[in-house]
Amino acid sequence: MQKRAIFAGKSLPYLLLAPQLLVTLVFFYWPASQAVWQSFLLQDAFGLKTDFIWLENYRELLGNGDYYRAIATTAIFAITVTVLSLSIALLLAVQADKHIKGAGVYKTLLIWPYAVAPAVAGVLWLFMFQPSLGMVAQGLRSLGVDWNPLLNGNHAMTLVIMASTWKQISYNFLFFLAGLQSIPKSVIERPPSTARGPSAASGRSSFRSCRRPLSSCSSSISSTCSSTPSASSMP
Amino acid sequence: MTKHMRLGWLAASMVLFAASGAAAQTEIQWWHAMTGANNEVIVKLASDFNAAQKDYKVVPTYKGGYADTMNAGIAAFRAGQAPHIMQVFEVGTATMMSATGAVKPVHVLMKEANEPFDPKIYLSTITGYYSTTKGEMLSMPFNSSSAVMWYNKDAFKKAGLDADKPPKTWPDVFAAAKKLKAAGYNNCGFGNAWAPWLNLEQLSAWHNVPLATKANGMDGWDTVLNFNSPLHVKHLENLVELQKDKTYDYSGRTNSGEGRFTSGECPIFLTSSAFFGNVKANAKFDFANAPMPYYPDVAGAPQNSIIGGASLWVMGGKSAQEYKGVAKFFTFLSDTDRQVDLHKKSGYLPITKAAYEKTKASGYYKEFPYLETPLLELTNKEPTENSRGLRLGNMVQLRDVWSEEMEAALAGKKSAKQALDDAVSRGNAMLRQFERTVSR
Repeated sequence: MQKRAIFAGKSLPYLLLAPQLLVTLVFFYWPASQAVWQSFLLQDAFGLKTDFIWLENYRELLGNGDYYRAIATTAIFAITVTVLSLSIALLLAVQADKHIKGAGVYKTLLIWPYAVAPAVAGVLWLFMFQPSLGMVAQGLRSLGVDWNPLLNGNHAMTLVIMASTWKQISYNFLFFLAGLQSIPKSVIERPPSTARGPSAASGRSSFRSCRRPLSSCSSSISSTCSSTPSASSMP
Repeated sequence: MTKHMRLGWLAASMVLFAASGAAAQTEIQWWHAMTGANNEVIVKLASDFNAAQKDYKVVPTYKGGYADTMNAGIAAFRAGQAPHIMQVFEVGTATMMSATGAVKPVHVLMKEANEPFDPKIYLSTITGYYSTTKGEMLSMPFNSSSAVMWYNKDAFKKAGLDADKPPKTWPDVFAAAKKLKAAGYNNCGFGNAWAPWLNLEQLSAWHNVPLATKANGMDGWDTVLNFNSPLHVKHLENLVELQKDKTYDYSGRTNSGEGRFTSGECPIFLTSSAFFGNVKANAKFDFANAPMPYYPDVAGAPQNSIIGGASLWVMGGKSAQEYKGVAKFFTFLSDTDRQVDLHKKSGYLPITKAAYEKTKASGYYKEFPYLETPLLELTNKEPTENSRGLRLGNMVQLRDVWSEEMEAALAGKKSAKQALDDAVSRGNAMLRQFERTVSR
């Protein structure tokens, strides 16, 4: 027979859940429901006059070609940032997980960008890439690249993708590193790919057969976490 | 334990002290969007006013850029926490004046507070922007400017141009920019900040061509944009052509590109006259400004320019005592000597006729002619329906759409004509939405 812990009554678990539920209700469900409600309204800036207009806002939005272009742009941005930041973070995490000299220093440095406030990061990248004043921009120009994110949409997209990826890598790196470190040493040292023998199982194949599947839980967390802000931070 | 009690008493007495201080004085909250030297001007104005009398205390608070300040004020109003005075940029005028009940018109405020107030003492080119068609002042002009052409005299000399005779017409500017480019200004012969303000709004007024029907919206919310005229298309076509080899270089929707002038990169730069303080502090070359260029084949050009900048709006729902304080503060602001002082310090225009005359009589403009250029432009001719000002709802968003379309033309994605047609039709859809929210 299994041993079970039985609580007296149902109130205690609900009581323990209450703070979290309350926070979610107040800070997520309430504003979200307000947004849905307002999508059926037409209102002036000050909220002095309000009209309920059913689905007119949706009809207007869905009939607007710019809206689909905006969705496409957002999709390109979100997918590129997610793919780039996940793959680079995984590469860095696998490298930092190795027994190398000063691994601790690398790990700390790699996490730093996440601590930089988005506004500060924005200014930082602007300083580097502003067409007339930026250091990197001037370098690009001297190489003959007509760097101009103000008018060239591809340049602008490249710039925001680079900046967002740079910020997202640290976050993903943390999860991947935690995932890799939670893999028992015994699994890595004795990989299940027995057919080829222990000597062949080093390096790439040990990664493919053990580390990737075993850290997949953290991969899925980071991919959700990194694609959501990517999509929502697109203006 | 006793230590804690003592601290508690201290805290309690401090709270009491603060409360008694607030009861004696009526606080007037003033939200603004000024940074740098202009922020200091605001802080000094408030502290001078607070030192001059004991009943009221003006508390200025910086709330971010112009759009941020306006958003913050509207959000605060919706939450019942609006400030007394809010600085709103000129493009927010339509949104503010349509909000009946949310704002208190200045002419009503002054009358109810029994403050002496004569709208005729103000410069009409400035107050006209913020008044009803009947001439009732709705908000108090604070920092006004107009668009001028700044130029680098050293660069002109280097390119063999006469630094004391700046180009007057657009064809002359294009020719000068080509020479400047040949003289080593490869990245930008000329440029401008505030792309839609300069290339659509000011261009229209300066050539006496409408930007929209109904006197650019001043005579009714059912105004329709019509800035896809041959003149507008020709101007954008010229810019597109010159952008190709960077004789002209696009420098952004707001004033973030102004540094290209002070750094010496762009020798000709069209932007606000209020750029003066920045130029004076940062330009390491001899500079001057001149009126905006015009197309000589347009009959009657140049007409007069329109203003930019911001005015002070009084929010609704406050007590009579608080309004009395606001009214006193506005009288304090309109004082001639104070206006002269503000004009010289900030580079913004004086709002009263007396302040303008006094500055002129003192010979100040002989030494600093840059400060008078915008005033000469504004008063160049009696304003017409096309040059009184603009009153378009959703203007902040309109400018973004206009910029987007101009950028598409400059990047070669659309023809100039197509871009302006699209800017007009997209803009009109936004105007109709605004009309629906206000005209019920």
